[in-house]
Amino acid sequence: MEIPRHWRLKKQRYALVGEVCPHCEKKIFPPRDICPNCGNEARDLFAFSGKGEVYSYTTIYEAPSGYDSTTPYTVALVKLDEGPIVTAQLTDQGEQPTEIGMPVEMVTRKMRDDGDERGMIVYGYKFRPVLKN
Amino acid sequence: MVTPKAAPTLLKPTRSVGIVGYGAYVPRYRLAAKEVARVWTGGKGGLPIKEKAVPGLDEDVITMSIEAARNAMARARIDPTELRAVWVGSESHPYAVKPTSTLVAEAIGAVPNTQAADWQFACKAGTEAVVAAMGLVGSGMGNYAMAIGMDTAQGKPGDALEYTAGAGGAAFILGPAEESLAVINASYSYVTDTPDFWRRPEAKYPEHGMRFTGEPAYFKHITEAATHLMDASGTSAKDYQWAVFHQPNTKFPQKVAKQLGFSTKQINPGLLVPVIGNTYAGAALIGLTGILDEARAGDRVLMVSFGSGAGSDAFDILITDKLEARRDLAPKTLDYIRRRTEIDYATYVRYRGKLQMK
Repeated sequence: MEIPRHWRLKKQRYALVGEVCPHCEKKIFPPRDICPNCGNEARDLFAFSGKGEVYSYTTIYEAPSGYDSTTPYTVALVKLDEGPIVTAQLTDQGEQPTEIGMPVEMVTRKMRDDGDERGMIVYGYKFRPVLKN
Repeated sequence: MVTPKAAPTLLKPTRSVGIVGYGAYVPRYRLAAKEVARVWTGGKGGLPIKEKAVPGLDEDVITMSIEAARNAMARARIDPTELRAVWVGSESHPYAVKPTSTLVAEAIGAVPNTQAADWQFACKAGTEAVVAAMGLVGSGMGNYAMAIGMDTAQGKPGDALEYTAGAGGAAFILGPAEESLAVINASYSYVTDTPDFWRRPEAKYPEHGMRFTGEPAYFKHITEAATHLMDASGTSAKDYQWAVFHQPNTKFPQKVAKQLGFSTKQINPGLLVPVIGNTYAGAALIGLTGILDEARAGDRVLMVSFGSGAGSDAFDILITDKLEARRDLAPKTLDYIRRRTEIDYATYVRYRGKLQMK
């Protein structure tokens, strides 16, 4: 069980809360102590819009432990409108094929159980095709 | 002039309140009723609806409530830290012990200075949260409160309920009447101990009293609640442009509407059960979002929920001129209904966790 880790990461996982660097204004995700762009201290929280596009992707058939109940699923590098690229599962595609450049939006979904079905449920961000422009 | 014989029993706050934001959610997958019939009855027998919405493998009442809540926030245009309550009504909370509401509140940025609670009353868990939110805002304890009704309903394989037990719901933000998209003139609640439908703590699927769920339960409570509210308000069916009733199947709300003097035209925008199924705690509330997506300033709406066990909450709602400019700030209910992927019974069995895996 990793309760403290899940608890610590909840804001970024539930709502894509990252940071904006007060020195160079670069948007940062995931949040960290030092801005990767200018090397100064970065501490100001910034909620991303959740809009972006698929930069690259792959489909997982043999999933790591804990994720095997939802195979097959697609994992994408999503380039957020504000700049950063995040790795996340795609969801709710129906018959829509994944394409590079496809506009997507963030949704908060169930990721897995921590341990077995008696453990806490871990929630986090995934992306789906944009419902409405 | 109609004498307001039930006036003292109305639930009406001293400070006038209304709906300042609303948002719906329906998952993408659909199971046709004829597919359930194919598996269990050889395709024979009448069908209570066309199809029902089924949640994906990564969805539950928490994730669905978060999306509806975000839609409501987009329309309300308030800061989430202004919410003094986040309340979620459901009969499919993901945890037996651990609130749905705190996680929803965390995801929309409403924590920590807020009330949070989960509500339970079969299919009227959502509207009772709305009544409580009216009380919180109406008493001046806070300016804004969120009430959600959301379900991923359970139906025993092969049971009559499996055709209709759907998934979806809606979030409402209650606030001062002067900021509202729709003012709630009054509400009225009618409850009795009526054992028409229940689920024991360790049971996976609910039990129901077959035909007993009709006359003494659904029809009795809805007609009493609607009649008392209208009598006390000095109104009748013709004073309302729109009406929405709890909808466990297509026939019940159509029949109760007719009994109360409402036409097909008045209930059509809110009658969503044929295409999304019975969304239990979300059913009356998501029907109301369908009406709000179309209604015009000055329209009057009657909403009556029903929860087994049993009770009904009735609401007299007046649309204001603020609605039209806000409704396009989030996806409409029909946007979700039109986004659909049909699945077969086998996929449904997998998505709903009906396979014993160990």
